[in-house]
Amino acid sequence: MSIQVRIPTPLRKLTGNQAVVSASGGNIKTLLESLESSYPGIKERLSDEEGNLRRFINIYVNEEDIRFQQGIQTQVKPGDDVSIVPAIAGG
Amino acid sequence: MFDFTEEQIKRYSRHILLPEVGGQGQKKLNQAKVLLVGTGGLGSPAAFYLAAAGVGTIGLIDADVVDFSNLQRQILHSTPDVGRPKVISAKEKMQALNPDVEVVTYQALINSANALDIIKDYDIVLDGSDNFPTRYLVNDACVFQGKPLVHGSIFRFDGQATTFLPEDGPCYRCLYPDPPPPGLVPSCQEAGVIGVLAGVIGVVQATEAVKLILGIGQPLKERLLIYDALDLAFRTVKTRRDPQCPVCGENPTIKELIDYEQFCSI
Ligand SMILES: [Zn+2]
Repeated sequence: MSIQVRIPTPLRKLTGNQAVVSASGGNIKTLLESLESSYPGIKERLSDEEGNLRRFINIYVNEEDIRFQQGIQTQVKPGDDVSIVPAIAGG
Repeated sequence: MFDFTEEQIKRYSRHILLPEVGGQGQKKLNQAKVLLVGTGGLGSPAAFYLAAAGVGTIGLIDADVVDFSNLQRQILHSTPDVGRPKVISAKEKMQALNPDVEVVTYQALINSANALDIIKDYDIVLDGSDNFPTRYLVNDACVFQGKPLVHGSIFRFDGQATTFLPEDGPCYRCLYPDPPPPGLVPSCQEAGVIGVLAGVIGVVQATEAVKLILGIGQPLKERLLIYDALDLAFRTVKTRRDPQCPVCGENPTIKELIDYEQFCSI
C-alpha cells in the first residue's frame, strides 16, 4: 500500500495534471526521492541543493506541518495523507 | 435603544434578527474599522460585503488603476472604470451600496514608510494584496502593532486563507518563513487565476472580519484553509507559532519594517 500525496496546481505540470499521486514511504526524504523517480524535476522544486525543504513550501502529514515535527526525517506510513502546500501570493 | 434610524433598522434587519448579532452586534459592526490591503480580486468582494454589513470605517489601500485584465474577477470595478484609480472606483460602489460606511482611500503602495501609520487606526487588517513583499510587510506591521490579520491568497485554481491573531497562534512568517526567490517562480504574465476563486476566498476573509468584530464563532486561527477549485474541496491543516520566528518568536531579529524588492508570485 502506498502513500497518497496531494500535489498543488503549480506542480501538476510535472505529474501529468494529477492532483493526487502515490509514493512510497519511510520518511519525507525518501518519499521525495520516490516522487522524483516517478516525476523528474519535482524534488528540485521542493528542496534546495542540500535536500532541505524550501522555506516557502510546507509539507503536511495528516494535517501536521513537518517543520514542527522531524522535518524531512518525519516518518510516513501507508495510509498517511501527505499534502504539499506552497505559499501563494495572488490577490 | 441603539440609535438606529428607521432606514438602518430595515437595512440591518436580517442581522438584527440573528441572536448572535442583534442590535448590539450591529452597533459593533457600525463602529468597527477594517483596513483592506488591495482592492483587487480578494479586496473587491471583501469590501463589498463589509460595506453591506455596515462596517463603519473601511480603509482601502491600492496604488493601481483599473485595467481591462482586472474585470474578469475584480467585481467592484466596471468597464467604465478602466484607467481610474481602484480605490476611487471601489469607494463609489461601496458608498452607493451603503452610505453609512465611511470609506478612507489611500492611493499608494503600502511600504515601510507608511504602513505603521496607516494600520494603527484600524481594528483588523485584511490582506488581499498580490505579491509577497507586501504580504511580509503587512504581516510584520500587524505583529508590531498587535492587529489581527486576515490572510487570503489565490493562484491558478488554489486559494488559501487563515487568520493571524496577535500573541495567539502563528504569524505569516511562522507559516512561510521566506518568500520564494525571484528566479524560481514563473513570471507574472505566465500565471493565471480562475476569476471566481477570488470571490470564494475574499468572502472567507470578510466572514472572518465580521466574526472577529462580533466576537462570535471560532476564528480561522492556527488553521490554514486550503481550497482547490478544480476538486471543489476545502481542507484545513494545522499551523503553529514558530518560537524561532524572526518577527514574533522568542528572540526576534526583525524589529523594523523591510521593503523587499518586488518580484512575481509563484
Ligand atoms: Zn511568526
